[in-house]
Amino acid sequence: MNLRAAMNLRAAPNFRAVWAIYRVEMARAFRTVLQSIISPVISTSLYFVVFGSAIGSRITEIDGISYGAFIVPGLMMLSLLTQSISNASFAIYFPKFVGSIYELLSAPVSYLEIIIAYVGGAATKSILLGLIILATAALFVPLRIEHPFWMVAFLVLTAVTFSLFGFIIGIWAKTFEQLQLVPLLIVTPLTFLGGSFYSIHMLPGIWKTITLFNPVVYLISGFRWSFYGKADVSVGVSLGMTLVFLAVCIAIVAWIFRTGYRLRN
Amino acid sequence: MPSILSISGVSKTYATGFTALKQVNLDIQRGEIFALLGPNGAGKTTLISIVCGIVNRSSGTVTVDGHDIGRDYRAARSLIGLVPQELTIDAFETVWATVNYSRGLFGKPANPAFVEKVLRDLSLWDKKDAKAITLSGGMKRRLMIAKALSHEPRILFLDEPTAGVDVELRQDMWAMVRRLREDGVTIILTTHYIEEAEAMADRVGVINRGEIILVEGKAELMRKLGRKQMTLELRAPLDSVPDGLSHYALELAPDGNQLTYTYDNQSDRPGVASLIRDLEAAGVQFRDLDTKNSSLEEIFVNLLRQEP
Repeated sequence: MNLRAAMNLRAAPNFRAVWAIYRVEMARAFRTVLQSIISPVISTSLYFVVFGSAIGSRITEIDGISYGAFIVPGLMMLSLLTQSISNASFAIYFPKFVGSIYELLSAPVSYLEIIIAYVGGAATKSILLGLIILATAALFVPLRIEHPFWMVAFLVLTAVTFSLFGFIIGIWAKTFEQLQLVPLLIVTPLTFLGGSFYSIHMLPGIWKTITLFNPVVYLISGFRWSFYGKADVSVGVSLGMTLVFLAVCIAIVAWIFRTGYRLRN
Repeated sequence: MPSILSISGVSKTYATGFTALKQVNLDIQRGEIFALLGPNGAGKTTLISIVCGIVNRSSGTVTVDGHDIGRDYRAARSLIGLVPQELTIDAFETVWATVNYSRGLFGKPANPAFVEKVLRDLSLWDKKDAKAITLSGGMKRRLMIAKALSHEPRILFLDEPTAGVDVELRQDMWAMVRRLREDGVTIILTTHYIEEAEAMADRVGVINRGEIILVEGKAELMRKLGRKQMTLELRAPLDSVPDGLSHYALELAPDGNQLTYTYDNQSDRPGVASLIRDLEAAGVQFRDLDTKNSSLEEIFVNLLRQEP
């Protein structure tokens, strides 16, 4: 099946299918509210206690921003990345694992609609979570958002991009171990080393250069700029890097759909 | 009768190099019950999976009511309901939610009255708020059928529908399949239970090693390939078959009390009437006789044995 047929651009879209999948995905989040929402909120609060209080007592300010407030965008991004990936990867992996994916594959629904539904569901959940973390953070530190439009834009763009990335992982993974491999061994370390808890200007020369190869740096920097107007790298570069990663994910998904990789073979 | 499903030159070779289907051609008539028989690994499930869009074909074309399953897959798939062999349900969804999800997935507007009817017909209405994980195996099987019927398909694939279910549920399913057929739904079932095909199917297809080796009306198949046996209970035991009866190739039971004559419609052997006359002439008397048609199972086994 070619890509045009796979997307079925000529036929009427199946909005009911998109809504049915999206609703099931959202229902799952509310059914597992402890795991989906409360647990990350507790983790974030603990970060505030450990990093905000313990380290914040030694580092009072970075770029004129109190340390507690400085780490808020990084904490949000940390949860946004990990939750977007885990939500989307689990959503598509679970039906593969139990076999119920037969129903999705045999339904009159295009790949584009499948993506919109699953990625939309995963991104919605992680955006909600990000906003909950923001509200939780507001209880600990004074916050300001200088560029609310760009804050929302980075939030949505990052959630969608990493949900798409999670979807790819969910299709690629053959085991639960593989499902956890990329988030645990790659994404989490990159996020911790991407300036969530510090400015990369604080690093010694060579490490600062090495850090610039970490794509998460650009996400966190751009997001932090939307809050405080201060960035480690240019906001245009941050936006560009996010869009490049989005484009790469779209290209991989298009290839998966064209070939039926690990779905229809 | 026009075909509702047309499979032409379909082959499937998996990435491992295993060829599951070789140039399969098959036409399914509208409104019939078609039984696809074959041993394990013959290609039954691969064929169904290709038609339903679960597995990509390597070559060939499939049309469903005139809609190509590649170019016009929305129209094609919306006509098909599939009950797979495995019980694959999201265990944490309720019966009501999962059946409505299936209906939505196929683009149908919500219709609580119809879903209720489907659940009542399958004796699942009392369980509508139960999570799938709490259902018994038989109920899960019914739930799979309810999901497949939720979007009012015109073709229903039942892949080993009664595998592992008890006799009562099997009878219920057979009754349900007949009701669906009366409503004009075309049924294609694969089964290991040959008596199931024998009891329900209008036509039978046999697939072996990825090739369709036979498609025939069930009655025609039984007539053509079926064999008959006549068993005579003798008044007095025989030591051996009398010489005058040797051309009938009769089998004498070890105790000498039974003679068995096997014949079929294709055979040039003499008929039953002449055997009885010759028995009388040879002075062999019998007190009872019994005739038996060979079952579809015997035909099936013989067909597979003839395969190289």
